[in-house]
Amino acid sequence: MGNATRLVALDRAGMAAGLRPGLTLADARAQVPGLEVYPHDPHADLDWLEALADGCVRYTPSVAVEPPDALVMDIAGCTHAFDGERFLAADVERRLMRRGVLARHAFGDTPAIAMALARFAGVPAPDEARAVKRLPVAALGLDAEDTAALARAGLKTVGEVMARPLSTIAARFGEQAVTAVRRLSGEVAAPIVARPQRVPIFAERRFAEPIARTDYALEVLNGLATDIAGQLDQRHQGGRRWEARLFRADGQVQRLRLETGAPTRDVALLARLWRERIDALADPLDPGFGYDMVRLDVVLAERLDATQLKLEGGAGNEGGDVPALIDRLSTRLGKARVRRFAPRDSHIPEQAELSLPAAGPQPTATTAWPTPEAGEPPQRPIYLFDPPQPIDAVMAEVPDGPPKRFKWRRTSHEIARAEGPERIAGEWWRRHDAAIPTRDYYRVEDRRGRRFWIFRHGLTEEVDDPRWYVHGLFA
Amino acid sequence: MVESHILERLRHMAAVGVRAQTGSAADSWLAHGLARGKLHEVYSSADEAACGAGFAIMQAILAGATPLLWLRIEAVERSGGRLHATGLAELGLPPDALIVALVPDAPALLRAGADAARCPGLGTVLIESSGPMRGLDLTATRRLMLAAETSGVTVVSLRIEAEPVPSAAATRWSVAAAASSPLAADAPGLPAMDIELLRRRGGPAGARWRVEWDRDTTSFRGAALSGAGLPLAADRAAARHPPAPVRRRSG
Repeated sequence: MGNATRLVALDRAGMAAGLRPGLTLADARAQVPGLEVYPHDPHADLDWLEALADGCVRYTPSVAVEPPDALVMDIAGCTHAFDGERFLAADVERRLMRRGVLARHAFGDTPAIAMALARFAGVPAPDEARAVKRLPVAALGLDAEDTAALARAGLKTVGEVMARPLSTIAARFGEQAVTAVRRLSGEVAAPIVARPQRVPIFAERRFAEPIARTDYALEVLNGLATDIAGQLDQRHQGGRRWEARLFRADGQVQRLRLETGAPTRDVALLARLWRERIDALADPLDPGFGYDMVRLDVVLAERLDATQLKLEGGAGNEGGDVPALIDRLSTRLGKARVRRFAPRDSHIPEQAELSLPAAGPQPTATTAWPTPEAGEPPQRPIYLFDPPQPIDAVMAEVPDGPPKRFKWRRTSHEIARAEGPERIAGEWWRRHDAAIPTRDYYRVEDRRGRRFWIFRHGLTEEVDDPRWYVHGLFA
Repeated sequence: MVESHILERLRHMAAVGVRAQTGSAADSWLAHGLARGKLHEVYSSADEAACGAGFAIMQAILAGATPLLWLRIEAVERSGGRLHATGLAELGLPPDALIVALVPDAPALLRAGADAARCPGLGTVLIESSGPMRGLDLTATRRLMLAAETSGVTVVSLRIEAEPVPSAAATRWSVAAAASSPLAADAPGLPAMDIELLRRRGGPAGARWRVEWDRDTTSFRGAALSGAGLPLAADRAAARHPPAPVRRRSG
């Protein structure tokens, strides 16, 4: 059908103006010049539909999403709270209306019948079976060719198709047409695929008398953690992110959050981490008139199977392993301060490696570390200045050569040995705006044996008076 | 009871490792690295900090004491430059075996150091500090030493531009830069340094070495004994080289 931009959905005003989905944008603009159009975003639509499905949990635990535009709810046994299904449906529509969403609903014995009725129902019918029979053949959900063929054969409604022997329909339209007919007649029930419900894991404790000591609140928190560890154990899960909320008697809520690198349900470890978190707070916790409730939530849980204990008895791991240490330090210092290194594909020295938070899952490296050349002294320093530090009073024998002496941090350095230049040009394919001066790097050693990595910023033909910098220090 | 005590000792030995002390104890670091499960101190001046750090790294590689946790104060990171894993890899330390933690101040440094020293999963904890450190006194070093002995983690306290103060460390070293033996076209050669054993628990100190670090063979070698890789005795090195100019300030 070409590459024309087409309308996917319309609001009520658009429909009233005579536009229909599938119309090309050019035609639509010709009919309604002031048409407001937005690009079609199926993913966002699906997200929104899923959010609605989450909201529908108030009616029934079993809600299924039928993309692109439908929700199926199994309301068997769930209507008593609303005095019957009519009122439940009215409640759904009222809530949606408040958000400006126009919804159609239908009830059916099976999800397929309800879907067909909701999408295609026109004339009201005394009962469900007759309502289904009055549906147009499009409600069978066959492809466009088969639907057109049915219409051409003179079959306009589902009822007319049902009246035919199924064998002839199977012979003409194949297996799936028969299945579609049987679905709508209620003979075959496709089960509802309910969205998995994530039941939140939490524990809370209320106090008749507010508690005024932070230490006691911590003890309570540990008690709650024990409770939660039991819940997690049953699910074979461990918590990755935790949130503790301390509800103060005057209505304030203090939140403490924790994150661990690996899922855990180790109560002693959590107790240590909470202690760290509280110690790391800029302002200490202020109980005020006391806390009257403490609640602990597992915000994110991941699979964690039971671990084998050590053979001679005792716990499998006394909290002495490195990930636990990284978690502790990350909790205390902040995640960004505990780091590991990862290689990066760049020849600019300061961009050739990344330092990433050591806590949490490690990304798989896409590039490898460069392997040092055998027999060569180190070509890269162990300390790198970022930004490079300017040096003064540089004396070079020849304009393109290494310096004979330079001054850095109030000390004069007489160069005894030098190697270079190692020429490192800017990544011209990344930036097009300005010419980046080339850097000429030299490994130099002064008379005392101190080794530096220095560079001249710019060639003599690029820059009039190129500056020199110390970029790193060698061992 | 007795059995459980023996079991406890065996477990400790398994964790810490039993080393056969062969040859001169003062020389064993050249071949095997610093003794594991101890606290060591390395001193160097501010403009030779890279040599001090390099020495600590080389010792960790020699002893096979990785992973290495490097604790630094943020201010030191700003003034002294950040760690460059590519350069450390060229000394022989795999970047995967390196974790860096930046701490805001000296008390936090000591606290993180004490925690890390208790973690048997680590090989080396490198505590880098600059200038005088009031908190790093006899008590604190004793605590670090005890933690190191229990867990088997080698703790290296890298002291930049600092005066030695009484401590419980097993050894104390002074590291200074030394002129390398030049390669072709007068290019700087392998990392070279002058090393002095300032103090050693239960043994004589004062020996000096001039060594080069060879990454390919993972060994130190004497600068004057070109490429032979011979073991270097303390007195011979001292005889061949006049004492290296290790600067110590008076007062």
